[in-house]
Amino acid sequence: MSAFENTGTGQVRFDHVTFAYETRPILDDVTFALPEGEFCLLVGPTGAGKSTLLKAVNGLVPHFTGGTIRGRITVAGRDVRGSTPADLADLVGYVGQDPLAGFVTDDVELELAYTAEQLGLDPAAMRKRVTEIVDLLGLADVRHRTLATLSSGQRQRVAIGAALVAGPAALVLDEPTSALDPTAADEVLSALHRLVHDLGVTVLLAEHRLERVAQYADSALLLNGGKVTAGPVGAVLAVSPVAPPVVELGRLAGWPGPPVTIREARRHAAGLRAALTGRSPAARSEAVPPGPPLLEAQGVTVDHPGVRAVNGIDLAAARGERIALMGRNGSGKSSLLWALQGTGRRSGGRVAVNGADPASRRPGERRTLAGLVPAEPADLLYAETVAAECAGADDDGRAPRGTCAKILADLVEDVDDATHPRDLSEGQRLALALAVTLTAAPPLLLLDEPTRGLDYPGKAALADRLGRLAEAGHCVVVSTHDVEFCAEFASRVVILSDGEVVADGPAGRIVAASPMFAPQVDKILPGWFTVRQVAEALGESGTGDDERH
Amino acid sequence: MSVPARAPVRPTATHPAPARRRTAHPVAWWGWALLLATTAGRTANPWLLLLIVAVAGLVVTFCRGDEPWSGAYRVFLLIGLTAVAVRMAFYIVFGGSDGPTVLFSLPSTTLPDWAAGFRLGGNVTAEGALAAAYDGLRLATLLVCVGAANALASPRRLLRSVPAALYEVSVAVVVALSVAPQLVAGVGRVRRARALRGNTNRSPANLMRTVAAPVLHDALDRSLALAAAMASRGYGRAAGIPAPARRATGAALLFGLLGLCAGAYALLGAATPAPVAWTLLAAGAAAAVFGIAFASKRVPHTRYRPDRFGPLDWAVLASGAAAVVGTVLSGLTDSAALWPATNPLAVPDLPLWAAAGVLLAAAPAALVPSTPKGTT
Repeated sequence: MSAFENTGTGQVRFDHVTFAYETRPILDDVTFALPEGEFCLLVGPTGAGKSTLLKAVNGLVPHFTGGTIRGRITVAGRDVRGSTPADLADLVGYVGQDPLAGFVTDDVELELAYTAEQLGLDPAAMRKRVTEIVDLLGLADVRHRTLATLSSGQRQRVAIGAALVAGPAALVLDEPTSALDPTAADEVLSALHRLVHDLGVTVLLAEHRLERVAQYADSALLLNGGKVTAGPVGAVLAVSPVAPPVVELGRLAGWPGPPVTIREARRHAAGLRAALTGRSPAARSEAVPPGPPLLEAQGVTVDHPGVRAVNGIDLAAARGERIALMGRNGSGKSSLLWALQGTGRRSGGRVAVNGADPASRRPGERRTLAGLVPAEPADLLYAETVAAECAGADDDGRAPRGTCAKILADLVEDVDDATHPRDLSEGQRLALALAVTLTAAPPLLLLDEPTRGLDYPGKAALADRLGRLAEAGHCVVVSTHDVEFCAEFASRVVILSDGEVVADGPAGRIVAASPMFAPQVDKILPGWFTVRQVAEALGESGTGDDERH
Repeated sequence: MSVPARAPVRPTATHPAPARRRTAHPVAWWGWALLLATTAGRTANPWLLLLIVAVAGLVVTFCRGDEPWSGAYRVFLLIGLTAVAVRMAFYIVFGGSDGPTVLFSLPSTTLPDWAAGFRLGGNVTAEGALAAAYDGLRLATLLVCVGAANALASPRRLLRSVPAALYEVSVAVVVALSVAPQLVAGVGRVRRARALRGNTNRSPANLMRTVAAPVLHDALDRSLALAAAMASRGYGRAAGIPAPARRATGAALLFGLLGLCAGAYALLGAATPAPVAWTLLAAGAAAAVFGIAFASKRVPHTRYRPDRFGPLDWAVLASGAAAVVGTVLSGLTDSAALWPATNPLAVPDLPLWAAAGVLLAAAPAALVPSTPKGTT
């Protein structure tokens, strides 16, 4: 690949870059070059240092983080070292994961103009520039609105536009779509795709949900153990420990490339389809176990000032069910979970868990009926160490000493007791919050967007854990945007829209029928949902599998 | 099928992209409101004060937009009513001016010598109560004027109009304005999470550990994220201003502000002769203006769509000034009406010049209404 030869000029160039916090090395002799107008995807497991690499491009590393950096980074020929992020604002645009955290003003137009104001652009040029950006990113309808009134996808597009106003040579994005629902993510990614074509900006983007992004990228960088592997997307993902299902499937079937998009994969799929004819996915217990329902909710309504978030939802669920609650951002998923748990607002309707209404109980008793892990699991944690956190959870729940620590040990291995909860990895922190919640042994377990920030192995581990809890007799309800996680985890899918249930049924039927919520494997091999199912079916001899249908 | 008789065929104004609403300059609004407040400060006549409140309310109703801060007027009105109530309560308990008409008596205690001049309990007279009510009403009117300014032009918009030299200060204020609601939301979130853990312990130590610590942690994280975002977007670029020039500007600004404060103090206090006070004030203002002008030339930032100060904005300011001129005229001809006596009890007169001035201050309602005429 000539694009990655060390001799090319390149818009973004890393030349033997090494970075370490004190003694802990993060980047180890990283060398690569991205040509002008390249859309490059940065992949790697959680904690591999993707954010560090991205922040090094505009000087946030080491200026905001400390640490020692060696080697040379250039953007459009300018040396980055020795410049502060502010000095590089006209050269590199940086967009973080949470656009709200980076907004300085409260108005779309002013936010877009902010960088230009800082650079002292002439007002006439500034107006022209802002108008161009508004058109390019499709923000014309909202340009006079306040930021607080925008949807999450619009906000992220404003953040991208704000970074582009100064006309940078490179745009660096750190997980720009991980908090977005599939539709909003698509909006953002197609806007980015257009930028690469129209403006010739070099885009470097890190993302966990590769299934969304891989199809847009021209090339990929794999960061693992401080080392970087560069190349075409397919080749890099083929050796990556994190890869979207379509690549996993390609690896399994030995497809050349391997294919990165559904379209490519379908072309190769004929052989695999033939090998799978007559077989069906291994048992997925989708039948509702017998017994009285654990959760009975009728006409649940939640009103927030000015909006009705949940509008008369009926939901019944039994022990052992694994329910995925899906729907766009703002469709009422979180409000419903909080109302079911009883701590959140409920304006109307009835909820009964084991016959008791959790909202009418005291908080201590309420959590023995229904446990909720909030979208920000760290909110549940306030001790200095993991050990103290577990002890505190035992005290809160009046459980015998060691209950929480034992649950945590069952969920994840090798968590150091002395670590500060905020220093844990995303997956470990989620497990700790889950353990704290489970200390009260609630039969109904609710999780709000637990997959944010988890990579593929992390999500698989979570699906496993939740599956085991369901087998042990819990009813697990998870709100999620993540169709791939849903395919691995759920036995039943409930889709919400504008606070109402629009679909409810076995996961297989609901998910397969929807182009928006179908997992990648289903799009290539209809009727199959996960790579694991396919692998198991291929691994079996092919007999004795038919009696299920 | 009958022909729909006179169907409203008025063409509905369609806005493909919502147009920017024509409104007065924020400086004009704040100037207008402060002039009204000055008027209120120059009188204790209840009719005049009520007229000012009414005019402010009228203008707010006609001219405010639908931004989140537009409800400020009502909030300040409530605060004003509280101020009147508090003033009355203080009068009843601690006393003040007295008169012959005793309404009722409270049991009183004799205070020691060092608290001479105060009383606790005792006679409550109609004259005293009326004086206290006038006083409270004056304070309430001042508050309502500030509320009107807030409702008409957000402090943020006002900050965008400050001279470039004060840019850094205005950014700090804007950031503080956005962080405060986030902090409130953060407290709500953490408290709900605390309930999820069944922790309802209300001891201060527990609250500190389980609410204050996580919220502050969160706020710190947010501040760092915001600082990083602002830096990546060019905030604090090396402006290339030589250090001596920067120090000179800073000193001019500081001395200017000190001069302004000293001048204002001297002017209000009776001890300083008026020419000295005015000189101090003028010198302070000159130093401040020089500092700001000098620094503004050297600031490398530009403004996106700066608010322009046009004829309408001058008209808004002028209408506010009319109210002040009216009270000055009334003060010359009829100062007793501006400061009505409460002993003996009498219904105060309405000073005509002042009333006319205040009525003129309602002009913005017609000059810059928020909804164009004819759409309703």
